[in-house]
Amino acid sequence: MIDLFLTSIFQDNLALALFLGMCTFLAVSNRVETALGLGVAVLVVQTITVPVNHLILTLLLNEGAWAWAGLPDVDLTFLKFISFIGVIAAMVQILEMFLDRFVPTLYRALGIFLPLITVNCAILGGSLFMAERQYDLAQSITYGVGSGLGWALAIAGLAALRDRMKTSVIPPGLQGLGMAFIATGLMSLGFSAFTGMGLP
Amino acid sequence: MIAKQVLSPLIRENPVTLQILGICSALAVTTSVSTAFVMSVAVTIVLMLSNAAVSAIRHHLPNSIRLIVQITIIASLVIVIDQFLQAYAFEMSKRLSVFVGLIITNCIVLGRAEAFAARNPVWPSVLDGLGNGLGYSLILMIVGVVREVLGSGTLAGFAVLPTVDNGGWFEPLNLMLLPASAFFIIGLLIWAIRTWRREQVEVPDYRLIGEPEKRRS
Repeated sequence: MIDLFLTSIFQDNLALALFLGMCTFLAVSNRVETALGLGVAVLVVQTITVPVNHLILTLLLNEGAWAWAGLPDVDLTFLKFISFIGVIAAMVQILEMFLDRFVPTLYRALGIFLPLITVNCAILGGSLFMAERQYDLAQSITYGVGSGLGWALAIAGLAALRDRMKTSVIPPGLQGLGMAFIATGLMSLGFSAFTGMGLP
Repeated sequence: MIAKQVLSPLIRENPVTLQILGICSALAVTTSVSTAFVMSVAVTIVLMLSNAAVSAIRHHLPNSIRLIVQITIIASLVIVIDQFLQAYAFEMSKRLSVFVGLIITNCIVLGRAEAFAARNPVWPSVLDGLGNGLGYSLILMIVGVVREVLGSGTLAGFAVLPTVDNGGWFEPLNLMLLPASAFFIIGLLIWAIRTWRREQVEVPDYRLIGEPEKRRS
């Protein structure tokens, strides 16, 4: 279990090894504070949606899930894309209302990033990997927390790097996006050095 | 008019290198040319059909629920593509793994639906979808070719550079198979395009004191 947790943070890092959530990753990593805010938001949503989607998959969509209703042959797994994205959108909406009501400071800090998370491929990707690798409930929770944490770590790191690079002299063609790609590549090399790390 | 709409997203307004859309899948499926090709075709088809559908219902769509409707349209199209791949190209669908599903959240599709199809007639929207799909495919194919040729010495499965293991001279670069190389190649591509097309260069946030003005050009 700890093994899965560490793997999902470092070796299988959603952003740096599997390229998920790249659009927001590159667009929002200009400033450290906003990057941290988005990272935390992704962590929270990921922690909730992966287990919830796991429950939906096993209780409603999998082959034989409707056996209790006298429909043992119904296999609804082809609906998983549409139901996962629905769950994610609903979860983000609920989380937004909940935070607005009970933790207004955090709600204001996250601001625009919460709705943006709906179209962040890291979230949908996490749920799809959970379905493909057939994790059980405990594993899904671990994977949700770990992968969210890994993504937050990566975006905070890149934002810090880009912050320092603002004052350096860069060839005009590489300015901005080009340099962000190269820096992400170097970070990804660094993270891939964790490969093989695990508990005996 | 038609040619302009299809051709301008290829280099001048390329979705990947200028609009920063759809980068996730552009990087992940490019370890070999064949996966990159299937992914390009799938994205282009989804993009054209979703643009057509969104544009066809644009007058009947209340503003407040348009995102949900667009996502649902895209998700349905992706389900069709995924089922099609599983039925006729099962091996390929296994290799693409979750990335077919991730076309749903591929920002190109939603981005073009929102930015173009939601306020233009059907036919131009289809062309816009085709153009952006081709622009995306172009980047994907370039990265795929570079990574496969240098990483394993093959091109779409055929050996072009004889590797040392097979008695040839070419030592495969393992770096090219790592995720990092995709970032480097796209970074360098952006550099190349922006050196050619000066107007795409981003203005830096800060300038060092005493740095000559012409650096910004």
